[in-house]
Amino acid sequence: MAADLFTHVLRQGDRALVLSHRLAQWITHAPTLEEDVALANISLDLLGQARHLFTYAGELEGEGHDEDHFAYWRDASEFRNPLLVEQPNGDFAVTIARQVFHDQAAVLYWESMSDSGDTTIAALAVRARNETAFHLQHSAGWLIRLGDGTDESRRRAQAAVDAMWPFTSELLGADDEGALRADGLIGESIESTWQVAVADILLEAGLERPTSIEQRTGGLHGAHSEHLEPLLHEMQGLARAHPGATW
Amino acid sequence: MSQEHFDALIEADERIEPDDWMPDDYRNTLVRQIAQHAHSEIIGMQPEGEWITRAPSLRRKAILTAKVQDEAGHGLYLYGAAESLGTPRAELLDRLHAKTQKYSSIFNYPTPEWADVGAIGWLVDGAAIMNQVPLCRCSYGPYGRAMVRICKEESFHQRQGYQIMLSLSQGTPEQHAMAQRALDRWWWPSIMMFGPPDADSPNTGRSMAWGIKRFTNDELRQNFVDATVPQAELLGLTPPDDALVWNAERGHYDFGEPDWDEFARMVRGEGEIPDLRIGVRRAAHDDGDWVRAAAAAYADKQAARSAA
Ligand SMILES: [Fe+2]
Ligand SMILES: [Fe+2]
Repeated sequence: MAADLFTHVLRQGDRALVLSHRLAQWITHAPTLEEDVALANISLDLLGQARHLFTYAGELEGEGHDEDHFAYWRDASEFRNPLLVEQPNGDFAVTIARQVFHDQAAVLYWESMSDSGDTTIAALAVRARNETAFHLQHSAGWLIRLGDGTDESRRRAQAAVDAMWPFTSELLGADDEGALRADGLIGESIESTWQVAVADILLEAGLERPTSIEQRTGGLHGAHSEHLEPLLHEMQGLARAHPGATW
Repeated sequence: MSQEHFDALIEADERIEPDDWMPDDYRNTLVRQIAQHAHSEIIGMQPEGEWITRAPSLRRKAILTAKVQDEAGHGLYLYGAAESLGTPRAELLDRLHAKTQKYSSIFNYPTPEWADVGAIGWLVDGAAIMNQVPLCRCSYGPYGRAMVRICKEESFHQRQGYQIMLSLSQGTPEQHAMAQRALDRWWWPSIMMFGPPDADSPNTGRSMAWGIKRFTNDELRQNFVDATVPQAELLGLTPPDDALVWNAERGHYDFGEPDWDEFARMVRGEGEIPDLRIGVRRAAHDDGDWVRAAAAAYADKQAARSAA
């Protein structure tokens, strides 16, 4: 079945929320205080994007659901985020590799959405594009420093790139959104631009671009890795203990 | 530059700047105080930071993330002010990790429920503001200026904490009870944040003469109680103090004596929480060694490349 705009918006909102959560897990554990601030900042931007997207998803769905409904009252199988963003933080290199792959896709995605036929998303895209451009500057800057830093950081950065690579194809769009594209609601495929841009970053970092690693997919359709459920358990526990409460 | 010049600046209530001559005691007192303050900001991120991933609504999650981020920023400004007195951040962090410098013992209390996040904002940030507003006029320029920025943000935190308590106290009976439990936990520790009674506070006189401190502990404590009791009433919550009563003659609330023995135990760092807090800090620092080394190595390479 072809995905509708509601599903598309939910996929984007889930991606932003789950990655925001992962980055929030770094706060107080980052390598420097500056990084505590930076990761909190990116987490906060993504959370803001998720809230806008969920609110809009609620409007599209038309069942009176607000942002908190989508975050707190759905189970893992109802989440539509790409597998990449639910992957555990690992060491700082894993977090940075995950972030580079994500941020590059997000920048291109929001760029492509700025002339979406859907005016709500097009308006959201302008701000989100600027935010994610900053995120990419931060993550790519770190990947380059790690790749071109010490022997240890290079080794860790390459391992991280290799570990996150299998989760990248899902970032580049879903296989059931052709109709949305034909209707001008979503933009052109970002795949080839992403491949070139990421290859450039890896080159500057002195890291190998993984080849022929089998891709893992399924998140966009609700088939998640084992990591999403515990994440949601932590996030949703308190809200679910008090049904109907306001906070 | 000399003692006379320093004395004249203090006398005229003007700022001492990093390049001014200052007595060693003044410098050391400030480094100790600013470092302890900076350490408190970053250790204080932990009890609340643990709730970011569990916050019960996206709006609360966003506000809490921003708050914890602010506290990291406060740590950065303050370590900067301490560096201007000649002590680098890395050295101060080492002292924190080795437990040779302290942080505020308020962060050694547990935060088992969401309402603790509200109580911390309302009471702990509230008490911190009362302690810190006078520091905006601190005689040492960089510290005073850092405090101006910090106090502005702390007052947001205080209001946001109170908003959490308001939502809870007006919420379901379970939420209301949760808010009362948090008030019960945080009332006395907040009262004790102003430090020991004036009679037992050996350094107050000198710090006041130097313009580092502007009000005594007991004066600030009374201000805090007077401001906070009506806020608790508005919430429909009751501070856990039977002696708390309005004294019309004094124009202030009378209140009971905190458990100063407990305070002393907390200041000595007893209990398991101090080890937990320092453990998290040390682990973050040690796990980050290779990252900081990579950044330094890269910066060196870049410098060499641009020199070539
Ligand atoms: Fe602060
Ligand atoms: Fe604060």
